Amino acid sequence: MTDRAPALIVEGLHKSFGKLEVLRGIDLTVDEHEVVCLIGASGSGKSTLLRCINLLEPIDAGRILVEGEEITARKVDVDRIRRRIGIVFQAFNLFPHMSVLDNVSLAPRKVLKRPRAEAEGEAVALLERFGLADKRAEYPDRLSGGQQQRAAIVRALAMQPDLLLLDEITSALDPELVAEVLDVIRELAAGGMTMVIATHEMGFARDIANRICFLDAGRILEQGPPGTILVAPREERTQRFLQRITDAGRL
Amino acid sequence: MSLVGGPPDTGLILGPDPRGPRRARDRENRQLAVRSTLIAIVSSIVFFGLLGWIVANSPGWPAFQRAFLDPELFAKTIPRLAEAFWVNVQLFLLAEVFILAFGLLLAVMRSLPGPVLFPLRAMATVYVDGFRALPGILVIYMLGLGIPRLGLPGVPKDEFFWAIVTLTLLYSAYVSEVYRAGIDSVHPSQEAAARSLGLSRAQSLRYVVLPQAVRRVIPPLLNDFIGLQKDTVLVSFIGIVEIFRTAQIISAATFNYTPYVAVAVVFLVVTIPLARLVDWLISRDRRRAAAGRAA
Repeated sequence: MTDRAPALIVEGLHKSFGKLEVLRGIDLTVDEHEVVCLIGASGSGKSTLLRCINLLEPIDAGRILVEGEEITARKVDVDRIRRRIGIVFQAFNLFPHMSVLDNVSLAPRKVLKRPRAEAEGEAVALLERFGLADKRAEYPDRLSGGQQQRAAIVRALAMQPDLLLLDEITSALDPELVAEVLDVIRELAAGGMTMVIATHEMGFARDIANRICFLDAGRILEQGPPGTILVAPREERTQRFLQRITDAGRL
Repeated sequence: MSLVGGPPDTGLILGPDPRGPRRARDRENRQLAVRSTLIAIVSSIVFFGLLGWIVANSPGWPAFQRAFLDPELFAKTIPRLAEAFWVNVQLFLLAEVFILAFGLLLAVMRSLPGPVLFPLRAMATVYVDGFRALPGILVIYMLGLGIPRLGLPGVPKDEFFWAIVTLTLLYSAYVSEVYRAGIDSVHPSQEAAARSLGLSRAQSLRYVVLPQAVRRVIPPLLNDFIGLQKDTVLVSFIGIVEIFRTAQIISAATFNYTPYVAVAVVFLVVTIPLARLVDWLISRDRRRAAAGRAA
């Protein structure tokens, strides 16, 4: 593509919680405008990888570079890095004491020091784009799960991140609410947003991903385009995982 | 029979209730509720009547009545006590402002991370442990009588000043623990969400964690406020003429304890409504939490 540095490089990433080694040497490169889906069983390290990239978890070994800048270096300003990397969580994590509009405009106002009117204007525009304009004055507990998750996505987008991390964002949703959230992600992908997505929705991964990485026991065991990984995986463990998913009727 | 109002009930005469079984069930529930209320009233009358009869027939009752329940003296003391109570009101209102601020500062100090800030954390912990361990009256004596005696230049000798200081020091320790429980009750994922948006630790605390924490601990904070109101009488021991000291003076002059009963009445009148408010707030929070889960 261009000669710009890749959006994200992860090199030799290790992470343990106590004695439990969750990530055992992850190497991953994500180009600008690329959508990478992480699949794998629960406990394979998908969420931990995303949390490490967002610097929410300190890492034990390896390094992470965002657009060529090493964000795991010692003296780096983590708040400045996090502005460029958005993350959306499985449990939404909206701020329950604030209206949807305040949820979305808080960080632009306090972190980017934008004037309130300007930040709120942009927040409303974003909410409108994702069909939530009429919910701007509501508090999160008045919204459906799908609406809450869309609001959380809008909140992350309000910081105009270069990279968006999505951590099983449909896992906490009722089945009939999954589609509305996935549609939002499809729209973002079409708009060229660089994304790393941990997901159990294989059909969605097939549609949207440029590349799928299968994580197993803290390593990326196999990666490639959806047509290869989901249809003709090389590794036996990948085959077994996909077989289980197929048996459960989720592919 | 309709004790609770509503349309006259003709169902019993006309056979099956034409408005359906649901209405019949409602009526049954209403009748049950009325019956429980009646039983509660009757049993209370019997219980308290018996208790009153036993007390009034005790051998010392006439002497007790003269010493503690002199209606004339009661009526005469109430205005003076009410006036003296204004001192207590100033004490607890002013002290509460400082307590809420200082207690929050202590709680935040105790939740600071990192080895560099260990001294601050340790200081706050020692402070909170120490002041919760000491009986309030001791602190009031030592600070209120001791420090002015040092004669340090620039240190006020005014008792009212030292009363505010000691009440603030004592109650901030308790209040900081209430705040800390509130801070701990906010799920870590809230801070993760705030930090992931680029907010600094201080900003996450200020805009995300503390607003939720403080809202949750308003009922226990009010409880401590009730405690503070009552403990303002302790500062009478360093020479402040507030409601309790005033009652002592009147009592000593009249050889009668009725003024103390009057003080008790004043505190009941002021404190009970606040206690009811606390209960109401707690039950409202519980209802809201239940509604939130259902949504």
